[in-house]
Amino acid sequence: MTAINAKAIDVPANATVGKKLNATLGSSRGKVFVWLLAIVWTVPTFGLLVTSFRPERQIKSTGWWTVFAHPQVTLNNYVQVLGKESGVDLGHPFLNSFKIVLPAVFISVALALLASYAFSWMEWKGRDWVFVGVVALLVVPLQMAIIPLLKLFNNGAHIGSVPVFPPLPFNHTVFPVWIAHAVFGLPFCIFILKNFIASLPSELIEAGKIDGAGHMKIFSGIVLPLSVPSIASLTIFQFIFIWNDFFVGKIFGGEENKPVTAALVSLSGSRGQAWQLLTAAAFVSTIVPLVVFFSLQRYFVKGLLAGSVKG
Amino acid sequence: MGDILRAILTIGLGIGGFVGGLLLIYAATNVLPAKLRGGGQLLVFVGPVLLLLFVGLFLPAIQSIILSFTRDPQLPAGNSGFFANFHFIFGDKNLRQSVFNSLLWVIGGGTISTIFGLMIARFADGMKRESIVKSMIFIPVALSLAGAGIIWKFVYDGPPFNYGLLNAIAKLFGASGTRSWIIESSYGMNTLLLVIVLIWVQTGFALIVLSAAIKGVPESLAEAATVDGATSRQVFYKITVPFIRPALLTVITTGTIASLKAFDIVQAMTGGNFNTSTIANEYYTNFSVQNRDNVAAALGVVLFLMVIPVVILNSRGQKRASEMAG
Repeated sequence: MTAINAKAIDVPANATVGKKLNATLGSSRGKVFVWLLAIVWTVPTFGLLVTSFRPERQIKSTGWWTVFAHPQVTLNNYVQVLGKESGVDLGHPFLNSFKIVLPAVFISVALALLASYAFSWMEWKGRDWVFVGVVALLVVPLQMAIIPLLKLFNNGAHIGSVPVFPPLPFNHTVFPVWIAHAVFGLPFCIFILKNFIASLPSELIEAGKIDGAGHMKIFSGIVLPLSVPSIASLTIFQFIFIWNDFFVGKIFGGEENKPVTAALVSLSGSRGQAWQLLTAAAFVSTIVPLVVFFSLQRYFVKGLLAGSVKG
Repeated sequence: MGDILRAILTIGLGIGGFVGGLLLIYAATNVLPAKLRGGGQLLVFVGPVLLLLFVGLFLPAIQSIILSFTRDPQLPAGNSGFFANFHFIFGDKNLRQSVFNSLLWVIGGGTISTIFGLMIARFADGMKRESIVKSMIFIPVALSLAGAGIIWKFVYDGPPFNYGLLNAIAKLFGASGTRSWIIESSYGMNTLLLVIVLIWVQTGFALIVLSAAIKGVPESLAEAATVDGATSRQVFYKITVPFIRPALLTVITTGTIASLKAFDIVQAMTGGNFNTSTIANEYYTNFSVQNRDNVAAALGVVLFLMVIPVVILNSRGQKRASEMAG
């Protein structure tokens, strides 16, 4: 291999030079491959973004790549998509997404923090078994739980025909969506946070106990401040994950509370080739997680890694 | 404006109500006699979580299993007995097709994306502007699967819309006319086109995880091998890959599970038509369109049964990898 390369470039010289050349050649081919893929990976998103700013007539008569020769920009598609006149009215589902995401993320992360503390620093019978049970729930696909959980919200609980509690009065609100997201997210959140909280130095917690602090004081005064980085990454992760969900929001919130992702899917179903609307709508639905991702990229990636790579 | 205010109010009510509720329970534990206080506090910390998980996840999963063995009232007369729903699923041509499609999704989302991610991680490691390249490939992970579906539907779109990117490329290679690629179902090609979307998303995830793992390989190992005359390719396959095996397994497992559950892409692109449905998509349509709850529950169980072996293989592999390392 070395010999062939050396001959081809006509630098026989000595062996180390040949080896170095070989290494740079090999890696430059690798670099080209990486850049090529990076570009291929970006083109579809870029095309969508460009198209969302083109006038409808242009979209229907030329490809988006011709825009560089004849640039023509409009915000009309966004006006249409967000306004009520075109019948799309993405503004409302867009707000719904915030209504769903913020409390759902807060509830799931806060509950997971409390539980992780209890699994790490409180002594109680059966603690480790219960923790294993909670983590085991990670393998249950949400498809296994959705139908009965929805019935529970709509019909209440009965044993035989004896009602345990009546239907919850939260129909047509986002409340069931929060609870559903919290339930489905908790095993993952606890898995991530428990790893972190259990690894805090025990001297700190002991010191707090000696000072006479109760659990709530140790939790809020010592554990919480120390966990900020891992809370941040999990929060971002949950935010993007819940924002991008379309299933849970649609099923548990009903039509008037559906998130922007669900509105996008139904628009794709009803006006599948109205690209002036679809491209703008797709961009509106993804702008928030994109901004969150780009501004907090470092934490987000850390959050991803926390669950998958140890050490 | 009114809408925005109402949204802020809802968010505030949600978060405030939640915090208030927790504080109220906590305050109540402080009034308890000293003997019970410890238990009361424990209840504040784990009580809500255990209650939610038990009532919201564990019990429903059991109920789903029961439902799946209860004949759906909407099934045709031929299906009866304990396994009626499952008989129906595997007897129905559409549903059989979905099971087959789901396997294609697993190959794409679990395996091909991992290979792509690994290759990019290998060649990007230490190169100039590494973080830019990685961000470019990672962007799709931050998008919703539904949004990703729309992005690619636009690439694949055909008549009456004549300006899809794929048609333009096909034209460059001499194709005459344009076609609607995701409608063509010969050789399951349209399903493959949908799988590409998941590969596109999942590769970024694989890249980030594997790239971090590769950076964790001790440099001394690679250096020692290079001194011994190993080429960079040999170093990669003989040292790096075995070293990052746990991360590889994680990526394959998450990718496989994501593939099994993926239906957002299907819903956004074809709605499951043209032979592109998957198990998760059939679950969705049976449940929310056709109101066949018990068939849907059975499909949920099928999904669960497909996830389990993946998880077991993963944990076994992880164990073996840690034994080898230790």
